[in-house]
Amino acid sequence: MSSRDKILNAVKAAQPDKQPLPDLSAIPLKFDDAVAKFIEVLSTIGATVKRLPKDRFQSELMDDIGEGKNVVNTISEFVLDFASPDKTVAPQTYDNLDYSIIPGQLGVAENGAIWVTDTEFQIRALPFICEHLILVISAETIVHNMHEAYDKIGIDNPGFGAFIAGPSKTADIEQSLVLGAHGPRFMTAYVLE
Amino acid sequence: MKLISCTRGERLKRTTMAAEHNNNALHNGTGLHSDLARKFNKDEDRVDWHDETLWWIRQKRDKITHGIPNWEALREAGSQIKHHTLSNLNEYLVQFEEQCQKNGVTVHWAADAQEHNEIVLSILKKHSVDKIVKSKSMLTEECHLNDYLQHNGVEVVDTDLGERIVQLAGEPPSHIVLPCIHWKKEEIGELFHQFMGTPKGNADPQFLTHAARLNLREKFLTRKIAMTGVNFAVAETGEMVVCTNEGNADMGAHLADVHIACMGMEKLIAKREHLGVFLRLLTRSATGQPITTYSSHFKKPREGQEMHVVIVDNGRSVQLGRESFRNSLKCIRCGACMNTCPVYRRSGGHSYHNAIAGPIGSILAPNLDMKKYADLPFASTLCGSCSNVCPVKIDIHDQLYKWRQEIVKNGYSPKTKTIAMKAMAFTLSSPTRYQIAGKAGRFVLKNMPFAVNNKFNPWYNEREMPAVPKESFTEWYKKNKGGK
Repeated sequence: MSSRDKILNAVKAAQPDKQPLPDLSAIPLKFDDAVAKFIEVLSTIGATVKRLPKDRFQSELMDDIGEGKNVVNTISEFVLDFASPDKTVAPQTYDNLDYSIIPGQLGVAENGAIWVTDTEFQIRALPFICEHLILVISAETIVHNMHEAYDKIGIDNPGFGAFIAGPSKTADIEQSLVLGAHGPRFMTAYVLE
Repeated sequence: MKLISCTRGERLKRTTMAAEHNNNALHNGTGLHSDLARKFNKDEDRVDWHDETLWWIRQKRDKITHGIPNWEALREAGSQIKHHTLSNLNEYLVQFEEQCQKNGVTVHWAADAQEHNEIVLSILKKHSVDKIVKSKSMLTEECHLNDYLQHNGVEVVDTDLGERIVQLAGEPPSHIVLPCIHWKKEEIGELFHQFMGTPKGNADPQFLTHAARLNLREKFLTRKIAMTGVNFAVAETGEMVVCTNEGNADMGAHLADVHIACMGMEKLIAKREHLGVFLRLLTRSATGQPITTYSSHFKKPREGQEMHVVIVDNGRSVQLGRESFRNSLKCIRCGACMNTCPVYRRSGGHSYHNAIAGPIGSILAPNLDMKKYADLPFASTLCGSCSNVCPVKIDIHDQLYKWRQEIVKNGYSPKTKTIAMKAMAFTLSSPTRYQIAGKAGRFVLKNMPFAVNNKFNPWYNEREMPAVPKESFTEWYKKNKGGK
């Protein structure tokens, strides 16, 4: 018998009587102002958050990044003078990337996380390999909690998706918080209205 | 870290030659919890520091969970979802396999640690790879994968900073979430000086983290195969969720040609919406953060990439069949039970001589080997703090108590304890014997305390005994109330 069948048989013989799933409707957490809560939480976990009108985003972003930086932009909605992701090269090519600009599908107020998928950023390494990650979301996409987030995302997501909440960090050395472990050392979220 | 009978300085010198041997000694658990804890306790300042650090993390957990009004309902939901999944595990495993295959992920099944290790090595051999990066996976610790791969000529680099530190030192992690919680920054500075050439005497966490970042970046860029653990596997979608703060799982998996994810089969949950519950519980319980920086959902390999998942039993189906202990399979590996445990905080993770330390490790380990881990369920005060903080409401302290009974029943309890218990039962079962023993005891304690308070009597090792009463309650009662 294969290990697969051996394991499945052993599990079947050992598992307890069927238990029902719980009702999750009683759990959700709401805030008076989800956008304000989102900004508050994300700011406390090491990110810079900027809330601004959509029409000011482009000029603000250009000012923030400045001249002479190595940038990849994955937002198709804005015509920015930056390179688009190039899937024909190895992802290692992006090792010295200064900025990745990536659109978020939604933000979560309770924990400051932003949901991103590789439908948008195409090269999976992009949100992780850069020095400074820029995530851009629309204020109206901010939900209160993770239950609402999964309701909105549904189950048909592409090959890879992630909740990202702040810059890469570690506190493995004597519990001292250090930003920039293996991923971006900085993260800025633009919340557009 | 007080485990080996030499100073850290000596050990650092030794590590290059004997890292593997060292690792084996720690992994294979030579010694009882009480003996290993005694060694850890020799350095009182360090014990205090260890204790306070972990208690601080416990307090961070309290602070953030108290801000969630439905926290108890959330714990209950987490517990019930796990219970539901375990009660249908057979079907969900099959569903998960089907979904993975649809997603283009190759599924492997390993009945035990040996088979798991062989599967991983076979994938490496197929690709002629002898150098890999690996992000945090307690399962691979449980299977002693690093040792196995090293014996087969494979270099494994653990990429989580804490794991890298203990790996360089030739130790296993002492905590499932905070692998080097027992190391001081000065010691890490010395270790990095030796292995990464950082300036001697520099112990700045920011500086050291940056040095490790540069050192490991090169590994991420050049390794063709990356391994990761799995925090949650979703039967409905076939996706695997990996949570890190550092981004090391992602850096490994997205740059490598082959991604191998390894999971114990209890990592399964039924539906994607259940992730909402567990991602809310996990990091708040673990470190007091609202969520990890990265909660990555791996579903399909990227174009041109190969993705494997190894589903491991290694005793889990046996544990599932033990009614008293099956709840332990609900564990989401947050480490909250360790941070709160008064014994763990003061004895250190290595005193548990098992991949998973602390209260949860003490109820998981005897399932793997009741004889070898017979001491662990006794390494507890049964205060119940672990059960109170557990995000999936595992009855940890009840299970510790139940394991004690199993262990005694099976004849694995420590000999001195067995003899003492038998003597006590003999004495307590007869009022006459009890009264004689009481009198003799008071006489000895009063007139020749050295006869019992000596190094041959382990009861006195960590105890100060109260003053001896002149008489027993029965004697006092007879004198004062007798005949009235």
